[in-house]
Amino acid sequence: MRANRKVGIVGWGVYVPKWRIKSEELARGWGRDWNRYAAGIMVEEKSVPGIDEDTFTIAYEASINALKRARIDASLLRAVYVGTESKPYAVKTTATMLIDALGAGGEGRLTTGADYEFACKAGTEAIQSILGLVGSGMIDYGLAVGADTAQGAPGDALEYTASAGGAAYILGPADRSVAVIEASLSHVTDTPDFWRRQHERYPAHTRAFTGEPAYFKHIMTAARELMSLMGTTPEDYDYAIFHQPNGKFPLRVGTRLGFTPDKIKPGLITPYIGNTYSGSALVGLAAVLDQAKPGQKILVVSFGSGAGSDAFHIEVKEGIEEVQGLAPKTMDYVSRKEYVDYTTYARYRRMIRMLHDFSAY
Amino acid sequence: MVYVIGVGLTKVGNHWDKSLRHLAAEAAIAALEDASIEDVDYIVVANALSGVINAQENLASYVATHLGMVGVPAVKVEAAGASGGAAIALAKSLVLSGAADKVLIVGVEKMTDYTSLEDTTSALSTFIDSEYEAFPGGTLESMHAMMMRAYMKKYSVTKEEFSHLPLLMHENASTTPHAQLRFKLKPQSYASSPVIAEPITMLDLAPVSDGAAAVILSKDKGREGNVEIVSSGQATDTISTYRRKDLTQLPSVRAAFKRALEAVPDFKPDFYVIHDYSSVMGYVEVEELGLAERGKASQLFSSGEAKREGSTPINPEGGLKARGNPVGATGVYQMAEAFLQITERAEGWQVPGAKSGLVLSVGGLGANSVVHLVRGV
Amino acid sequence: MWAYWQSVPAHWRELPARYRLEGGRCRDCGHRTLPEERVCPVCGSKNIERVALPRRGKVVNYSVIWNAPRGYEYYTPYVVALIELEDGTRVFSQLTDVHPEEVKEGMEVEMVIRKTRVSGESGLIAYSYKFRPVLR
Repeated sequence: MRANRKVGIVGWGVYVPKWRIKSEELARGWGRDWNRYAAGIMVEEKSVPGIDEDTFTIAYEASINALKRARIDASLLRAVYVGTESKPYAVKTTATMLIDALGAGGEGRLTTGADYEFACKAGTEAIQSILGLVGSGMIDYGLAVGADTAQGAPGDALEYTASAGGAAYILGPADRSVAVIEASLSHVTDTPDFWRRQHERYPAHTRAFTGEPAYFKHIMTAARELMSLMGTTPEDYDYAIFHQPNGKFPLRVGTRLGFTPDKIKPGLITPYIGNTYSGSALVGLAAVLDQAKPGQKILVVSFGSGAGSDAFHIEVKEGIEEVQGLAPKTMDYVSRKEYVDYTTYARYRRMIRMLHDFSAY
Repeated sequence: MVYVIGVGLTKVGNHWDKSLRHLAAEAAIAALEDASIEDVDYIVVANALSGVINAQENLASYVATHLGMVGVPAVKVEAAGASGGAAIALAKSLVLSGAADKVLIVGVEKMTDYTSLEDTTSALSTFIDSEYEAFPGGTLESMHAMMMRAYMKKYSVTKEEFSHLPLLMHENASTTPHAQLRFKLKPQSYASSPVIAEPITMLDLAPVSDGAAAVILSKDKGREGNVEIVSSGQATDTISTYRRKDLTQLPSVRAAFKRALEAVPDFKPDFYVIHDYSSVMGYVEVEELGLAERGKASQLFSSGEAKREGSTPINPEGGLKARGNPVGATGVYQMAEAFLQITERAEGWQVPGAKSGLVLSVGGLGANSVVHLVRGV
Repeated sequence: MWAYWQSVPAHWRELPARYRLEGGRCRDCGHRTLPEERVCPVCGSKNIERVALPRRGKVVNYSVIWNAPRGYEYYTPYVVALIELEDGTRVFSQLTDVHPEEVKEGMEVEMVIRKTRVSGESGLIAYSYKFRPVLR
């Protein structure tokens, strides 16, 4: 998929809550020995949303950071899409709150907006939609966010990785951008590897089935098809970013595609903050953009259970270095941290139910 | 001239078996009997929380109905903790204007129908700015806490120095029959008191109370033992702390006091009734009344000067802290108690030789203040 | 008689202040307020315009709330503070991402948006400004 007019990233921003819990502490909560799981998961600690944080508050701060780098007024944003699988409301769009909080579309709020859900790839779906609107000339600037306060059932393997955070991207005409999205491509099938039924608090997953037929098959297909479309090989890219449900899968899928680990590791953030679901690959991309140099090429491939992958070919432009320092960087948020114990984690994640609890949801 | 010719009050406390109407009627009937009258021209009800806690508004008619006084004009006055003082001020105006010869003022509050800390705290939060203080999570207690922090910083006062007011109030209340907390406090109890809103702890604050008090104002003297309301003054301040310049002052108290003194510049009360919702507010009030230098109020309470037998008796009944604080009724209690002092009926809590007094009622964090100067005639 | 649900319109109409820190500025004397007033509290002018207030400031005074009102119990202990914004405007706000013992007078803080009051599992999630120690 290539746009009629070239589209690029004008600004990007991330947000990660300051609270962390160590995998060791999570294991302790259930009387398990973390050493027996560490190699299989490769996530040493994960971010925990504060008691007053959710997908909207995360999306808001990431978007404010994106606006700082974009150096445009929020009134110019004519489309706002939020990709998430932890919507604050089952019915009421997170984008509405984000549009009003940012002042998108100006006083008249002349902007479109919606929430997207496609498991962990809803954020890259949002980018593709903005790409289409800007690429067709319908709008000049749009905002796409991938953010989650991911759910992992207590005691489940996902509890070690399901974390909180997000990234926001402002797309605009290529001549105003600091990185051009040359092409995007998606691959989607009905592969039920992970889901959450309506009204359920926690998702169900299929353990090993989430690997080969789901994660690996979709990412590799999308990546190979995009490289075929662009006529590129892994050697042509400086960075490769893949959806990162744990610390192990992205390295394995990248290696199988022919990427060396040094191209994958700069965008591999999950080992430090866990899997931010819709934010996962997009936080990784932000970490790369934070340090990228003009002329470098980036391959991004997301994965959403259910299942599908979105792949992007991005080329970094002159001017990126001017904006990298205009807002806190990914690693600033990664290193801003304070550990909580399992009790505090359970409180923050509202696993503890109070009497007359009118402040919970 | 306006005279207090009779008063009535209920014990302050947890009246599980009595409703708002029972409490109001009990106090009102006692006041009517005390004044030896059966009819009044007007009823003024003082209350601050019935709409929130008891789901009962239209309180003037409600009280008139349950008093068997249907037909008598009536109105409710609400000014948070100053409701009672303000009700008396308005009733006094009714008498002075000639609109009424005799007015019954009934202060009533029924707080214990809320049985959780959270709900009571929410109810009291209606006294601060609902949209820009209570919504962000602020409470009435937290406003007093900021006042305490500002006071401690400005005058280098330790937390312990605030104990002198509650200690004296409890000592006084221990011999006041109608008081809620009739026991003495140990200094170490103050030090280990639970934190409510740091640095305010439980023993800095008035308790949650039920109670009703009534007074009858008249243009003519009643039976023997009358008290004249010589002069009154009232003033408001911002409801919200974020509009205040200095949290260590209560300009509304100062202004109300000044206005009351205008007519009687030489008035010297024999005792003072202040509105000690918190220890720090009590301190600032006595400073605004000129009884202590700024930052030095604790000495007034620790030195014995504020005792009933001291040179400047303050809250001989035990104050809000220990007599209790049925919020909207408190100002009426204060006037009724001043009446009992001056007519030498304060048995067990009498200030020797008390012939005149100052009554201060304050709403919120000094958002509304009323001063009445009274003397025996 | 507390309401299980907080009033929705009462929150909705304050969104300009709660989301974007929009207050009032007196066109005659320049004084700024949050919330926006109809009458300038300093000079009495009724000539007021809406302005976005600075999102950074300093803690002037604060309290740590252990006894919370209904709907805030889950957050205890939490800190509420008087904050002086960079332009001198005073705002009362909850602080977030901070432990009570870390709060000091003079602490530099910046605005974020956080959940402030949630009406149970079925009601409105009211978001509003809170302030946290500046990130950098």
